[in-house]
Parts: sequence; structure tokens; C-alpha cells
Amino acid sequence: MSNVLVVANIADNEVKKAVLSTAAFAKTVSGYTGGSYDILAIGDDLSGVKDTLASLGAGKVMLAQGAELGTALAERLSPIIAQVATQGGYKVVVSAATSIAKDVFPRFAARIGAGMASEVVAVSNEGGKLTYVRPMYAGNVNGAVQIDSAVEVVTIRPTEFDAIEPGAAASAVEEVALPAAEAVCGKVEFLGFEKSVSNRPDLAEAAVVVSGGRGLKSKENFNIIEALADALSAAVGASRAAVDSGFIHNDFQVGQTGKIVAPDLYIAVGISGALQHVAGMKSAKTVVAINKDEEAPIFQIADYGMVGDLFKIIPELTEAVKKIKG
Amino acid sequence: MKILVPMKRVADPDNANKVKISPDGTKVTSEGLESKPNPFDEYAVETALRILEDGVGSGNLRGEVVVVTVGGDDTVRQVRQCLAMGADRGIIVQGDDDQLDSTIVANVLAKLVEKEQPNLVICGKQAVDGDSNQVGQALAEILGWPQATFAGQVEVPADLSSATVTREVDGGAAKVKVQLPAVISVDLRIVSPVGVNNNVAAGKEYQDGPRYASLKGIMKAKKKPVDTMTIADLGVDQTLKVRTVNFTAPPQRSAGVIVETVEELVAKLRDEAKVL
Repeated sequence: MSNVLVVANIADNEVKKAVLSTAAFAKTVSGYTGGSYDILAIGDDLSGVKDTLASLGAGKVMLAQGAELGTALAERLSPIIAQVATQGGYKVVVSAATSIAKDVFPRFAARIGAGMASEVVAVSNEGGKLTYVRPMYAGNVNGAVQIDSAVEVVTIRPTEFDAIEPGAAASAVEEVALPAAEAVCGKVEFLGFEKSVSNRPDLAEAAVVVSGGRGLKSKENFNIIEALADALSAAVGASRAAVDSGFIHNDFQVGQTGKIVAPDLYIAVGISGALQHVAGMKSAKTVVAINKDEEAPIFQIADYGMVGDLFKIIPELTEAVKKIKG
Repeated sequence: MKILVPMKRVADPDNANKVKISPDGTKVTSEGLESKPNPFDEYAVETALRILEDGVGSGNLRGEVVVVTVGGDDTVRQVRQCLAMGADRGIIVQGDDDQLDSTIVANVLAKLVEKEQPNLVICGKQAVDGDSNQVGQALAEILGWPQATFAGQVEVPADLSSATVTREVDGGAAKVKVQLPAVISVDLRIVSPVGVNNNVAAGKEYQDGPRYASLKGIMKAKKKPVDTMTIADLGVDQTLKVRTVNFTAPPQRSAGVIVETVEELVAKLRDEAKVL
């Protein structure tokens, strides 16, 4: 009997690592609840990913697809997830905390009268009660929460859970009969999506991230961050100060209220290390800080610090990296 | 046009690393830290004012902005701070922070929406203490209203009949048009000079960030009405669905070494950390 439901929003025929991490979470939880897990995939066209989804150890994979689902409007997705969750009698419904899930899941939870835990980083079984650990106060406190409703709704930080190893495409695959769109869907119109143009790796999943802060001084100067990122095949990130100063789009913000990253290598350039920024990158394996102010708090959490003029250091570092990477 | 802005009082977010966990792990205390309106909620107040103002920073509103909070009696200070920015009146629904969850707060707000009949609810995308990011979306569901979360830009026509919202999402920006009434939750770029366009307020640009209260605004705020009621008055079920059973301190990173040259840094990254 499956009692955990993984909800995966799929775009561009791609099953992201976040989905694999969510499946791993579901496997752990279904071990506690004595059952298995299913996957509900939602997207405009899932034909290209169903085999991959069927290889993630789920009892079954349910496909909710249709052209209008690509826009991921909460008013449309919430009733679909509610229908599948209710009919399947799931105890736990989980998604990675992507911007879609952050938008849709609280609406879905309210619809079915469920309590919800956001951005969970660990789960345990305490005397038969699932207990979810989630960061609060900009990551300065971990709260262990329990949910008292028939269905427990959860989003997780995928960076905190190892990805599941795909096996044979063994799960049964079925189509979800979509409920009709509700009246509220007529009150919201999707006008378009403006993609942040980048050929670099996805910030949330990159192995290396190079982030710039206020110390860059201008939008134009961000090109030295980009050059270093390209030499390292890294994603570009930014502090909130850099976003506030208009150097870069908010989509690149790393921090409490931006992206949470956990790369192997995080290079913070001209970033002072406000606690809100640290909340978004402290799970990185190795942190490098480059800042002219030796008192900057970022040095308190960096494995390697370098005090000096970033406009001299970064181009030099870029050249050195290019030599190594050849 | 009436806009309802929910506001949560939080401990000074710039000193969130100074909150303390009680020895038995059951409470977080913020003694000694200043209490402030949640920053994103302050942006929501600013957004509401910009939507209704007839000129940039004029303070003349084409409608009413009502600030509502759920919390202790002393939240009146933070409510007055919002009134000093230019909001018209406040509502305090008395409740103990430890005995609230997103479901209860969303249901309280839904009851207030029933009473107040606003055309828009504008809230911050998340409170920076609990970091849950749930209430706005849950409220929209309870009301059966459309939602536009994580707004970085809002444009309204001069007749305030709808709202076109640029939402800051993974990989870029999604633009949606919502009919009113609706719930909008705001992200940080909403308070940039071009965050709000109401197609009426012409002239100079807004400053970056939420406005400061003027001395005149602070004086005026003292006389603005603030109603107080209880959750029970509104008939909302106060059973917690989400309980925090204990708080712990997460592991901290510690400072490493300072290197002097790029050469040394590269050597460390390659040979010691093995990340190059």
C-alpha cells in the first residue's frame, strides 16, 4: 500500500535532481509508515520523462498532463493534486521546495485542511509520529515539527537529501483524469514567462557556485564573476545586496529568502556575509571568501579566505583556473 | 478600493543569530532584540500605498489601507509603525505566537476579509522568523480567490479593476493578470523604484525601499483607529495542525585559514579540498 505521494512538476522533458532527492525522502518516510510511495508528475507533456520517472522505485507513476498545465498556475494545480492525494488515501504528500511548490502547496494544503511543514531538511520517526526538522530564524534555529491532520503536507530542501539511484523502469504508469478547471481559473490569466538567460548550470543544483555581492560595485563589473564561473563551469549567484543594487536579477539571489544552495565549492566575492546570505549557502562543502574587509563576517564561516582587492584577485584566479582546467 | 495588509511582528531579522533557545528546547526567546514589522510585510504596506497614491509619495490615497496582525497586545507598536507610513487603520487579533500556525492565521484573515470586504489582500511572501511562506496562498484558497505570489512588479490600471503581476520564480519571471479580489504576496524587488505602476502617480520616481515614516506621519498615526478583537470573537478553530515539539541549534561552520596569494588558494582548493 502506497502512503506517500511525491509531486513532481516537470518542464522541458527534464527530471531534475530535486525530484530524485524527493523520491529518496519518500522512500525514507514510507519505511517509517510501512508502505511505499507513488509519484504524481505534472506538466504540459510528460512523454519524454515517464520511463525515467518509472525507474525511481515508486509503486506507480501518475501522469497529469495537458498543454495548460505547463504554466503551473496554483488555481489549476491545487485541485488536481488534491484529487490524487484524496483518492489515493496518502498519509504524506511531498514536493521539493521549488518556486512552483512554494506557490501551489500551501493552497493545496488549505484545500484539504492539512497542516504543512515547509523546507524540511530532515525527517525521523518518533514513537510512530513523523517529525520534520525545518530551519527557522534564517537558519539559526532548527524546529522539529509534527503535523496533526489526516494528510501531512511537506516541502523539502532537496540539497539536504541524497538523490535516489534510478533502477529499472519498473513502476506502473497511468494517466490522471484531470478534473475540470474551476471558476477561479477564469480569474487568472498567464501572460508569459521571461526566462533568465543563462547557459550556465542551474544555481540550485550546481556543483560549483560563484557569487558576487555589493563589493562588485556595478552591474558591468559582474562580468568578472561570470568569467570565473565559466572557467569553473559554475553557476552564478548573488547576495541580496547585489540584487537590491540592481546588479543582477533576483532569480540569482542566494539566501534565506532566495535560493538555497549546497555546492561542493562556493566562492563568495565581495560579499560581507550577512546572516541572511549565510542561511542560503552554509551547507556548501567548501567555502571560499574574497573580500577587502578582513573583518567581514563571511570569513568566520569560510574554509579559505583571502583579503584583498577582488578586481585584482578574481581575474588572476580565473586565469589560474583556466590553466588547471586546460 | 480597500486593501488589507496582514503584518507579523518579528524579532530584528538582522540579529536573528542572537535568538536563544530555552534550556529545555521548547521555546525560542528574542529578549533584548528589537521587535519590527516583518520586512516583507513592510514591503506589502509600501506596495498598497503605491497602488493607491494619486502621485509619487503624495500620501493621498484613492482608497483605504487596513493593516491587520495576529499577536500580542504589544504588537500595537508595529501596527502604528505601518500607520505612520501612511496606512489608514489597524486591527489586532489577539493571539499567542506559540499557539498559532498558518492554518489558524489564514482562517482569521479569511474572517476579517468577510467583515472588511477588501478588493485586495497584499502580504509579504514569508515571515522571516518562521520562514514558512504559506499564509497568503492558504488564504486565497479559503476565499476562492486567485493568487499572485512572489510579486516583483505590480501594474494596475487607473480604474484599479485588475492587477498584472510579474512573479519572481525559478529560472525567470512569470507574468500573470489577476481579476480582483485577489491575494498578492510580495518579494523584495517590489520596493524598487519601478516595482509598482498604478498608471496615475506620475512625476518623480519612488526611492528604493519602503518609505520611512515622517514625523508628521508618526504624529498622525497616534490618532488613527486600531481595533482589537480575539480569535474566539471571529469564531476560528484554534486547534494547532502543526506543532513545534522542540528547537535545537543547527551545527555552525567555523573559520578556516586565510591565504595570501591566488597561487596558494588554488593549491589548497586542488590538493586539500579537492574541488578543482
